[in-house]
Amino acid sequence: MGRWIVSLDFHSIYEFFAAGPVFGWDIPGWLAFGLTSFVLALLVINALMISTALYTWFERRTLGRFQVRLGPNRWGPFGILQPIADAIKLITKEDTIPDEADRPAFTIAPVLLMVPMLLVVAVIPLGKDSFLGRLNIGVLFIVGVTSVSTIAIFVGGWASGNRYAMLGSMRGVAMLISYEVPMALAIAGVLLLVGPSLPAGSEGFADVSSLALSKIVESQVLPFLLVTPLAFLVFAAAATAEMSRTPFDQIEAESELGSGYHTEYSGAKFAVFQLAEFMAPIVTAVIITTLFLGGTRGFDPVPGQAWFALKVFAVVFLLLWVRATWPRLRIDQIMGFAWKGLFALSIFNLFLVAVEIEVFRGVGGELSVDTLWIMAAINWPVTLVSIGVLSLLARGRHSRRPEPTPSPLADMYAEAD
Amino acid sequence: MAIKTEPITINLGPQHPSTHGVFRLRVTFDGEEILDVEPVFGYLHRGTEKLAESRSYVQVVTLTDRLDYVASMSNNLAYVRAVEKLAGIEVPERAMYLRVIAAELQRIASHMMATGFLLNDMGAFATPLMYCFRERERILDMFEMLCGARITLSYMRPGGVFQDAPDDFWAALDTFLADEPGYIGELESLITGNEVVLARTRGVGVLSDEQAVADSVTGPMLRAAGVKWDIRKADPYEVYDRLDFDVPIGASGDTFDRYLVRIQEMRESLRIIRQCVERIPEGPVRPDLPYNLRPPEGDAYAAVEGPKGELGFYLVSDRSIAPYRCKIRAPSFINLTPLKKMVVGWKMSDLIVIFGSIDVVLGEVDR
Repeated sequence: MGRWIVSLDFHSIYEFFAAGPVFGWDIPGWLAFGLTSFVLALLVINALMISTALYTWFERRTLGRFQVRLGPNRWGPFGILQPIADAIKLITKEDTIPDEADRPAFTIAPVLLMVPMLLVVAVIPLGKDSFLGRLNIGVLFIVGVTSVSTIAIFVGGWASGNRYAMLGSMRGVAMLISYEVPMALAIAGVLLLVGPSLPAGSEGFADVSSLALSKIVESQVLPFLLVTPLAFLVFAAAATAEMSRTPFDQIEAESELGSGYHTEYSGAKFAVFQLAEFMAPIVTAVIITTLFLGGTRGFDPVPGQAWFALKVFAVVFLLLWVRATWPRLRIDQIMGFAWKGLFALSIFNLFLVAVEIEVFRGVGGELSVDTLWIMAAINWPVTLVSIGVLSLLARGRHSRRPEPTPSPLADMYAEAD
Repeated sequence: MAIKTEPITINLGPQHPSTHGVFRLRVTFDGEEILDVEPVFGYLHRGTEKLAESRSYVQVVTLTDRLDYVASMSNNLAYVRAVEKLAGIEVPERAMYLRVIAAELQRIASHMMATGFLLNDMGAFATPLMYCFRERERILDMFEMLCGARITLSYMRPGGVFQDAPDDFWAALDTFLADEPGYIGELESLITGNEVVLARTRGVGVLSDEQAVADSVTGPMLRAAGVKWDIRKADPYEVYDRLDFDVPIGASGDTFDRYLVRIQEMRESLRIIRQCVERIPEGPVRPDLPYNLRPPEGDAYAAVEGPKGELGFYLVSDRSIAPYRCKIRAPSFINLTPLKKMVVGWKMSDLIVIFGSIDVVLGEVDR
């Protein structure tokens, strides 16, 4: 033998199959291609499924702690087998389809919600490159693919033939489309930084598009969270809305709509919806880690993958914390927050970063680490001030609270006649 | 082709996460905006008033537990006061203090539940609810010491209470009184200044003082509208005239005021309990009365300030061992009167929150 798969990306695995006989078998090119695809799909799907299963357990245990209770603790040590029990239960339940439902659309909706999540993870660089190699349009791919989930939610809600589900999906479409705008603009602010801050000595990236995720990771000598905190905050808020969790969980709105768009779903289809929903925080955390926290970057001897996992875990915990503590906004307030708040902030951020790059960049158009630190020093106060100003503006209406004065309509100290 | 839009009607309940039981609302929406609501009652009707006519005066106490099942003590108190007024029974002083302590503990428990569910309706995923339940749980533990039950208490009897409080009750009450202001403060620090809570509740579902009085609204809802009215002050019963406490009122009658009034009332309740613990005398807790009371012919109405509002019992006696008629003035039911005026024009999400802020218990609404 003497040949090993050196890294888990498409090229290395393809090399392994195609370069010579494997266990004495010569593999033709087309078969090697197919085998590679199969191995990769297996890897991506299972890695995400297993981490989602573990995450459901983690989320429920942590929520339990937040809520002064224990959380699941019956199956396996600390209840860690709970996701398996849940899955068995859901899959063995009867899968009902309402008479009013549009059957093909009703069936395809869970799959439509699930697939984009898996696709996103496929392009995230976990080593030097992603599973699929160096995708030159990585960011565009993510923005495009994640918006498919909007369609899935709409299809699922509409096909159910249920008014709760329809209200939920209507809210979902309005909200998700709105939040994609600030999200994309926040990413644009990051993309401006990618090219100029690429460190010297990173050969092989010069002619790669700034949209490539591996180049974004390579550029983050200083994590972009430090350089553009405003973009990070806007992106985090918009991403929370995109995965429809509190305070933006109007799509499901358990206390209002039952379960929103998946009210009518049961059995295995519901399980897929749930899985996709629990996958959303992980995928969001993966994107945030890649764009803002420097992805696999870290310091030796800890391997890059471990850094990546650690950062994802930290972001997931942060998202969970928000979920555990915040009430929900109303749908018009959510839309107002997107268009009046986040949209303005993301435009402002884009402008700010563009000006800073123009002012600070060197002769060759590059930004040194020192200038990145200077930008961070400017951007943090600006971020805090701009958010403060915005919240003051939003609050104005509520700032003054009149002193309670007793109404003259009743006097409880009056003597009864 | 012009796109046609039309209002849709949605059935909220009787099976719905936020109807606090089995309340049903037929809501007509224009998009998200509410055009009309039509409440449908009676899914939990058990004929309590009719059942009372075939129970002896003492047995009816168990029926009252099941009216507002999150505030059994207040129901007990209102009923036994009506019986005492009807039969002219003198209540021993120690029993009166015990009743006041129990009723005020019940008020805290009920307000905790109201606050927790209001936040839950607002979409805070069960966390504030669990914090509130933790405190309510301690009160239920104390009730268990008092009478062995936690929810359907039947602690009070015409003429007094079922039994004197055991020693461990007083110890538990002391720790509770020491801890509770801190816990209420913690709860308030999490909720009162929260931007999302403010955005969802300030100015939402305003009930003016005129409207509240016109619709016979009572309790925290009336006080949130700025009307300073509390039966404990207006028509003092038991020992309330000897106790020093304030009646908190709201500034504008919106959902936030209803929440805030409840928080402040919990603090006042703690004050009342503290004074009671200092002043409670030794003595009997229950006079020697026959099991079957035969009050003289006549009628009597007695009301208490329950956690939800004025809870009154109107009893008519024909000298038999059972009431001839028992009419219950249920505050939850009457507080629902202005619901339509409060929610029309607001959004779906506001409907849930406004309904939650009224704090109804369906056992009492449907009786």
